[in-house]
Amino acid sequence: MTDWLSPQDWQALALSLHVAVLSVVFSLPIALALAWLLSRKRFPGSTLVEALLFLPLILPPVVTGYALLALLGRNAPLGHFLAEFGIVFAFRWTGAVIAAAVMGFPLLVLSIRVAFDGVDTRLEAAAETLGARAWRRFVTITLPLSLRGVAAGCVLAFARAFGEFGATISFVSNIPGETRTLPIAIYELLSVPGGMPGVQRLSLVALLVALAAAASATVIAGGALRRKSDDG
Amino acid sequence: MIDFAMRHAFADFPLDIAFRADVRTLALFGDSGAGKTSVLNAIAGLLEPQNGRVVLDDRVLFDRAAGIDVPVTERRIGYVFQDGRLFPHLDVRANLLYGARSRRGQAAGFDAIVALLELAPLLARPPTTLSGGERQRVAIGRALLAAPRALLLDEPLTGLHAEARRQVLDYLRRLKRELGVFTVLVTHHADEVAALADEVVLLAAGQVAGRLAHDAFVARFVPAAQPA
Repeated sequence: MTDWLSPQDWQALALSLHVAVLSVVFSLPIALALAWLLSRKRFPGSTLVEALLFLPLILPPVVTGYALLALLGRNAPLGHFLAEFGIVFAFRWTGAVIAAAVMGFPLLVLSIRVAFDGVDTRLEAAAETLGARAWRRFVTITLPLSLRGVAAGCVLAFARAFGEFGATISFVSNIPGETRTLPIAIYELLSVPGGMPGVQRLSLVALLVALAAAASATVIAGGALRRKSDDG
Repeated sequence: MIDFAMRHAFADFPLDIAFRADVRTLALFGDSGAGKTSVLNAIAGLLEPQNGRVVLDDRVLFDRAAGIDVPVTERRIGYVFQDGRLFPHLDVRANLLYGARSRRGQAAGFDAIVALLELAPLLARPPTTLSGGERQRVAIGRALLAAPRALLLDEPLTGLHAEARRQVLDYLRRLKRELGVFTVLVTHHADEVAALADEVVLLAAGQVAGRLAHDAFVARFVPAAQPA
């Protein structure tokens, strides 16, 4: 297996997994908070927030990447400001995490929101009468009862992040060992003579990871459906 | 002692209810839609009346005019809902201890409540495996273990078959006798009122339609029964 993939292939695979995992880890707390707000509270602009949430799903990924560059690039005001503190995202692997997180975020929030919507708020009210404040209600009632939906959202966001190409290449380009993720490596191999065996190898790897993610999501979602029918 | 006044315009009917009582168990008796559960929700703080005042044992829980609205978590009201509302992902023991843990206190009287309601064989079971009567007993125990100043019982016997109903009613009688927590019972079954209540507020279409002492209620609504 180690001979089957070249060191560059392994590097691209490892970077893709690293970027995808970190993008989910860092966006999960924000997604939980936003999903809870959208599910439980009505606030001015909530409809606008929901609409904006869908943007990365609708926009061409290249446009999202360009927007990130316009916001966080070295010459952009925010990017320039952050660079003063040594925080640089453009053309760095950390930028690839940002791009992957942005692209997976809508799937993560929507999955968690649906899971939160499925929790009986009367149980939260019962917990409230038993003295549980908002944070304890969330941690002991809302989150455990929606855990499968949260997990399914994480798997979907991971899969989206793992396959991310357009926004990543626009924002952080293709730098071997730094930003060349698996999809970017495949794209590069497609454009060089004799690259087809590499394309086939990496495509097979991508397929295996995608199948594992899809199977996980199916198992988790299936479990959630079974539990719902047991409760009902 | 409870001093209750509430005015609230729901989308489909207005509610204007006021009463004051100084008894151990007060029943709110009336048909569905009379506003009984809304009164309980207002006492617990789950419903914020557009106007009104709720005073429990000289502690003002809500006073619209004075701008007082004690948070639900601070009211210390034990609420037994019609459907139990046990937490399905926690076993019976964790359900019982939930309120005590919210208040960072020891579950004082855990063993006593478990013994009183005969819950010991159920402690390790998930709520989904309990019968209707068992679920209500756990819900009552859970509410009591949160050390409430008052206990609200919302149709606690509805949906139970005759035997389970008789059993839970016996437990409620025992609780009244041994614990003496001020209790508001909401029901539309006259026999439950006769078995448990010291005084009755009759509700109809969002208004107080009358007040009766226990014996007068029994004489009027349960002619065949003996006063409990």
